[in-house]
Amino acid sequence: MKKHNLLSNLYTALVMLFLYAPIAVLIVFSFNDSKSRNTWAGFTTHWYTDLFHDEEIISALVLTLVVALVSSVIATVLGTSAAIGLNKMNKKLRSVFMTLNYLPMVNPDIIIGVSLMLLFTYLRIEFGVGTLILAHITFSVPYVVLNVMPKLRAMDKHIYDAALDLGCNPLQAYFKVVIPEIMPGILSGFVMALTLSIDDFVVSYFVNGPASQTLPLVIYSQTRRRVTPKINALSTIIFIVVLGILVLNNFYSIRKEQQLRGKKGGH
Amino acid sequence: MKENILISLKNVIVEFEDGHRVLKGIDLDIHDEEFVTFLGPSGCGKTTTLRIIGGFAEPTEGDIFFDGVKINGVPPYKRNINTVFQRYALFPHLNVFDNVAFGLNVKKMDKKIIARKVKEMLALVNLSGFENRNINQLSGGQQQRVAIARALINEPKVLLLDEPLGALDLKLRKDMQTELMRIQKSLKITFIYVTHDQEEALTMSDRVVVMRDGQILQIGTPQDIYNEPVNAFVADFIGESNIIDGVMYEDYEVEFAGQAFKCVDKGFALNERVDVVIRPEDIIVGDYETSPISGVVESVVFKGVHYEITVDAHGYKWLIHSTQSQEVGALIGMNVKPSDIHIMKKMEVR
Ligand SMILES: Nc1ncnc2c1ncn2[C@@H]1O[C@H](COP(=O)(O)OP(=O)(O)OP(=O)(O)O)[C@@H](O)[C@H]1O
Ligand SMILES: [Mg+2]
Repeated sequence: MKKHNLLSNLYTALVMLFLYAPIAVLIVFSFNDSKSRNTWAGFTTHWYTDLFHDEEIISALVLTLVVALVSSVIATVLGTSAAIGLNKMNKKLRSVFMTLNYLPMVNPDIIIGVSLMLLFTYLRIEFGVGTLILAHITFSVPYVVLNVMPKLRAMDKHIYDAALDLGCNPLQAYFKVVIPEIMPGILSGFVMALTLSIDDFVVSYFVNGPASQTLPLVIYSQTRRRVTPKINALSTIIFIVVLGILVLNNFYSIRKEQQLRGKKGGH
Repeated sequence: MKENILISLKNVIVEFEDGHRVLKGIDLDIHDEEFVTFLGPSGCGKTTTLRIIGGFAEPTEGDIFFDGVKINGVPPYKRNINTVFQRYALFPHLNVFDNVAFGLNVKKMDKKIIARKVKEMLALVNLSGFENRNINQLSGGQQQRVAIARALINEPKVLLLDEPLGALDLKLRKDMQTELMRIQKSLKITFIYVTHDQEEALTMSDRVVVMRDGQILQIGTPQDIYNEPVNAFVADFIGESNIIDGVMYEDYEVEFAGQAFKCVDKGFALNERVDVVIRPEDIIVGDYETSPISGVVESVVFKGVHYEITVDAHGYKWLIHSTQSQEVGALIGMNVKPSDIHIMKKMEVR
């Protein structure tokens, strides 16, 4: 038994090492007082100050956040409405549309990128922030649908009827009862759309304009010229922020679960 | 109960997309302040009828009137009717107070008035002090009462209740039955109640509507339905009954189980084949030599108030409720008073 434990602990440690070693290296070298990638020359934070003086990176960061926020808000609205509509359809039609919904998710990004580029060219839409936002909406919507749908299916259908019964018109019934009920699904869809958008490189690569470079694109082009530890610093910040969001999210859901469990035992 | 008719269904037919006819022409008048119960087996169309009245479904054919006005096509939120749904359908994201206050909040009523009314309503259903509880912190019976309060606070003229006590245990059920009857009488509103429990229907209602297969078989007071069921199905559904094939010799004389019996029914054709319905408590157990029917006791089950005895005689399993036990395997005699023999026309086979 004890030996077993030791082995499995070792195994876990190895996996963790494998997963996090690159990030650890990244973080360490973001504080290295040298441009070298293999020798340690003392501690510094000047890559971080450099970073915040790099106009290209700062404007890319702002653009990335704007594109992510706008596209994921729109995608959440579209995806939620789509899920509500799909949920009202009969079984056959719904499964057809759900398959159509899954298709873009399994489609390689590069195909989505190329096809969107062709479409925008054909429609003579100027490449820039607009096309970036449109493209990000396109690949985010299916994920929102995917997150909202199970909540709708699990919802007691009679609560919609109950809202009508108590004086709501259909629109009020959705806003007062259905939407609050499926809110967890909508929120997780929104967060997913947000991260997908911030994360995206491939699709953005095909649909950006000369003056609209998102962060991943800028990082890529900077590392092609020369790797500056500034990028390490930037990556470190991104990692810490993402880690923070994840921890917060887990903390929140654990607390919610505890609340629910407490309730069940509590009377 | 008042004389004026509040709700009226005229030849209501409901057909679903698959062509399945779920209601086959319902005609029904419901009086103001009446307690009406729809009683029938699962799938007979009780919920569908209720949904038609509530406005959640539209009849394929036929009309529905409310206070003399045709209300086909009027959506639920414009009907002065509220519903207690089959599984409560409380709003999980709202607490008890906000659930009950929901209808008044939609009407944008003054917050102070809402708070007062919610308090009164919770007192009416014995839930004072539960305002801030979460819905999933409540027991089934408490959720039930929140659902009733949430509907009643809107002061509807009609309350629809779809098997509201179905999920409760026997004791709680009895308590809630009394509670609901008290509420109905004190608020003076019409209750349309759905159940498949015949005892519940007989206890609570002014009138019972017995349904089967999308049709109304009988409408009447609980006494009418119990004492004068129109056919063997109603008789059996209302209380377990012995249903035996018989032949009507002439007025006041029927033959079954190989014997001629005096009875109180007339107006059948000569030698018409009929259903003879005898309630288990109406069979008199006697000596097998002097009784018209004799048979062998197959089983005896103690039921608290009485023994439930099954007797095999003339190819039927006779059910007897008796305060006296019998020995299994014993030969016993059975007799029935003429007034306890109910003759019914054979049900038409559909
Ligand atoms: N949306 C629907 N589409 C097709 N058939 C339906 C639909 N809703 C109900 N039915 C059918 O209509 C019939 C009557 O249903 P209904 O719900 O009115 O029965 P019920 O008397 O309330 O039964 P229960 O006691 O089980 O609640 C059933 O055979 C059911 O399968
Ligand atoms: Mg039902």
